[in-house]
Amino acid sequence: MMAKPTTVVEDRTDLESRPAEHGAKHPAAGTATWLDERVGLGKIGKFGLRKVFPDHWSFLLGEIALYTFIICLLTGVFLTIWFKPSMAETFYDGSYQLMRGIPISEAYSSTLAISFDIRGGLLIRQIHHWSALLFVASVTVHMLRVFFTGAFRKPREINWLIGMGLFTFALLAGFSGYSLPDDLLSGTGLRFADGLIRSIPIIGTWAEFFVFAGEFPGDLIISRLYMAHILLIPGLLLALISAHLALVVYHKHTQYPGAGRTDNNVVGYPLFPVYAAKAGGFFFIVFGTMVLFGGLFQINPVWLYGPYDPAKVTAGSQPDWYMGWLEGAVRIFPNWESHIGGTTWTWAVFLPGVGLMGILMTGLALWPFIESWLTGDKREHHILDRPRNAPTRTALGVAGMVWYGFFWIGGANDIIATRFELSLNAITVFLRVAVILGPIIAFIITRRLCLSLQRSDRERALHGSATGEIVRSADGGYDEDHVPISDGEQHALTQHAQPKVLEADDGSGPTGVPGPTKVSKFRATLSRWYLGSQILKPSADDIDEANHHEAQHGVEDAEARRELD
Amino acid sequence: MNTESKRKRKAQARPWVLVMALLVVGLAYSVVVPPSSSAETEMTQQIEEGKAIFDVSCSSCHGLNGEGLSAGPSLIGVGAASVDFQMGTGRMPAARGEAQIPAGEVVYSQEQIDAVSAYVASFGPGPAIPESSQYDPEGLNADEIARGGALFRANCSACHGIVGGGGAMPEGKHAPALGDTEDVHIYEAVRTGPQQMPTFSKDVLEDDDVRQIIGFLNTADEAPRYGGLGMGNHGPVSEGFWIFLLGIGGLSAIAAWIAKKGAGAR
Ligand code: HEC
Ligand code: HEC
Ligand code: HEM
Repeated sequence: MMAKPTTVVEDRTDLESRPAEHGAKHPAAGTATWLDERVGLGKIGKFGLRKVFPDHWSFLLGEIALYTFIICLLTGVFLTIWFKPSMAETFYDGSYQLMRGIPISEAYSSTLAISFDIRGGLLIRQIHHWSALLFVASVTVHMLRVFFTGAFRKPREINWLIGMGLFTFALLAGFSGYSLPDDLLSGTGLRFADGLIRSIPIIGTWAEFFVFAGEFPGDLIISRLYMAHILLIPGLLLALISAHLALVVYHKHTQYPGAGRTDNNVVGYPLFPVYAAKAGGFFFIVFGTMVLFGGLFQINPVWLYGPYDPAKVTAGSQPDWYMGWLEGAVRIFPNWESHIGGTTWTWAVFLPGVGLMGILMTGLALWPFIESWLTGDKREHHILDRPRNAPTRTALGVAGMVWYGFFWIGGANDIIATRFELSLNAITVFLRVAVILGPIIAFIITRRLCLSLQRSDRERALHGSATGEIVRSADGGYDEDHVPISDGEQHALTQHAQPKVLEADDGSGPTGVPGPTKVSKFRATLSRWYLGSQILKPSADDIDEANHHEAQHGVEDAEARRELD
Repeated sequence: MNTESKRKRKAQARPWVLVMALLVVGLAYSVVVPPSSSAETEMTQQIEEGKAIFDVSCSSCHGLNGEGLSAGPSLIGVGAASVDFQMGTGRMPAARGEAQIPAGEVVYSQEQIDAVSAYVASFGPGPAIPESSQYDPEGLNADEIARGGALFRANCSACHGIVGGGGAMPEGKHAPALGDTEDVHIYEAVRTGPQQMPTFSKDVLEDDDVRQIIGFLNTADEAPRYGGLGMGNHGPVSEGFWIFLLGIGGLSAIAAWIAKKGAGAR
């Protein structure tokens, strides 16, 4: 149960609170006035500080993303002081004995130096890497939260698109960083990326030469990646995050349905002091967690992997988690290749690698627009969907996660094989089937589950919650006692709009007057698939009637499931 | 005359030389041969003992003369090293035919293993059980051990994984982790190439190279775990697992707690 906030309600129609009364002069007041007179601090403060934020744990996922990004910036600055982005060869003479005298690149050598010869270096390196993993993970889970609650709907489509940009750059940030130390794993990752680039039909080879300044690996890629990793990508991320957060403030945050919450208000705490205290505290918790991770858990022990050598691969070499699904896709994909003219088309790399990423990114980016096309919904939404109330969307989302998940397992197939003593080939065959059937089954099950949750919501709204007390009536029947639920819960269960299925309409109204909307048969069919099966939520009349019946005892309620039209 | 008398004397001396030579040869023979003849009997004894064990526990699969049956390959020419490796790691005698016979409990004493090795070696020439100077990494310096690491990464880690942690192979097989393997068995594995593993001849890896690899594996095994707990030691896979479980999971739990707490809430 969410805590009931002290119901600070903010009107969406520009109702900022009045300025605080000036009491005794605060020591900081002088500076504040000075700034106010020059940059309008008061106005900014008034606007920002009284902003109301709703409270829910899932709204903190975006904050985890923000904080881990900041941690990466801070620890990254430390690393740049020592890291040498060069592929020039040296003979290692640092204190890690097992690499003594081995010819390795400056990049790898300086990474070993950070790990073994610079005070606190290994800790910072590990915090940086763990935070990078958590950054991409929290961005992804945050995106899922936004997806499943429908927070991308009007007016937040643009912020969703900015989010897609953030998602893309978060992946690139992680990948470029992973490739810098020039150890065997980062080289293997680069080799993989090189394979993807080369598999692009027609321009592949040219693109490879462009990126690597010659044939892979060349001797420039590390310094190029370094520039991207420490300057270009963080810069873009910073700019996009600013725009992203500005839009969150501008639109005001969405909220989950509940008592007193409407599309026209925000119920929660003011940014200052309550939310700021919580958010600030949370920053330190995230930071502390990352320091603990960095201090306690080994990550990316590059000294074990050895220097990169294009001729070598190691059993059990894997990319970081967010690239794992593409690696898996390439591993389980059948070995297709065709030769057309003098050109080679490496489908086995292009389709799973470049193709899947394209499908995922395009699908996600277009989704807000596809959904509103399917539902015909053009209204603004500030109240979030409970996932069950958008059963097809939820089912699609879960199907997508299952699809992704099976590819992901493919990326760890060798480790699963050794760990659980399974055959590599059997896993591959299983996964080839699973990536196709798994999502379909997940879709069906999830949609059913959503509908049965809707049904039980309807029951609860109509008949209250079961007490678990069985009562025997005078004529010998048994009955479970129900108590009515609170008005707040009643509201939460029944507030959602249930969009109607779009009917095919050629634009001519019944009277022959051309109407404004045109709906093609195709769109109507898809709309029926998308919205068709919903459990009709009870209307106020239904609830009154149910209460009436309840008083009279024992009349079955009408069949709940009805097609909407 | 001079020469005449000389010839005479020589002629007289001839039988003595012959006798002396015979004596020397005989003595030498008595010095050299008796022990070796007793060694021979010991050898034949050992082979006999080996044969006895072999007939009981091995011949059902490998054939009475090690010629190979459907249940096991021919052992002619595999050498003593192969037997010492297979029995010394507890792979042989196999319990049943499997995709890959796992290492297991060693059921024979080293003496018995030596006996069977000697017997199998008598089928045909093959790699012998190495002297300790061939595999013992004692006395290697830091640079040589580091070089062993480079050799290991170049020749072995494609199958055995980073620092010999083990790896999967096609068809349900795997290259085992090397952390607990005895030095001598590492050497023998390299020279005899069990299963899918290639045989590395002395032209490819000299004895010193193998020693360096063994030295590297031992040192890496004893090295402290810099950076903290390995948490499964599966590289990025375990790292990803933990960041979701503890990172996202743990912080979400804390987030839920924070969202519940509020000034004057509840
Ligand atoms: C149940 C059948 C079985 C028994 C019993 C058995 N082996 Fe084997 N042996 C095999 C099989 C099968 C292989 C093939 C290796 C593999 O698949 O791992 C093998 C392989 C070997 C090899 C390696 C051959 C090579 O090419 O390097 C040696 C040496 C060997 N066995 C020795 C023995 C000895 C000695 C015994 C008795 C102590 C024994 N085996 C008992 C089935 C058996
Ligand atoms: C092509 C893959 C491959 C390569 C390369 C390879 N091995 Fe192996 N190795 C294997 C397989 C498979 C086994 C398991 C054999 C069995 O179970 O019968 C094995 C077994 C071993 C064993 C026995 C482990 C035990 O505890 O029983 C040792 C030791 C070993 N290898 C060392 C090496 C060394 C050292 C190198 C590099 C010089 C190397 N291997 C290269 C595949 C490989
Ligand atoms: C660098 C990565 C990102 C950061 C730092 C970030 C940060 C945030 C923060 C702090 C919020 C407000 C709190 C919350 O709702 O969680 C937010 C909201 C939002 N984010 Fe992100 N985000 C990132 C990536 C993404 C991605 C990848 C998407 C989707 C593709 C996305 C879409 C949204 C949307 C639509 C909102 C508004 C949600 C609402 O009002 O309910 N963001 N973001």
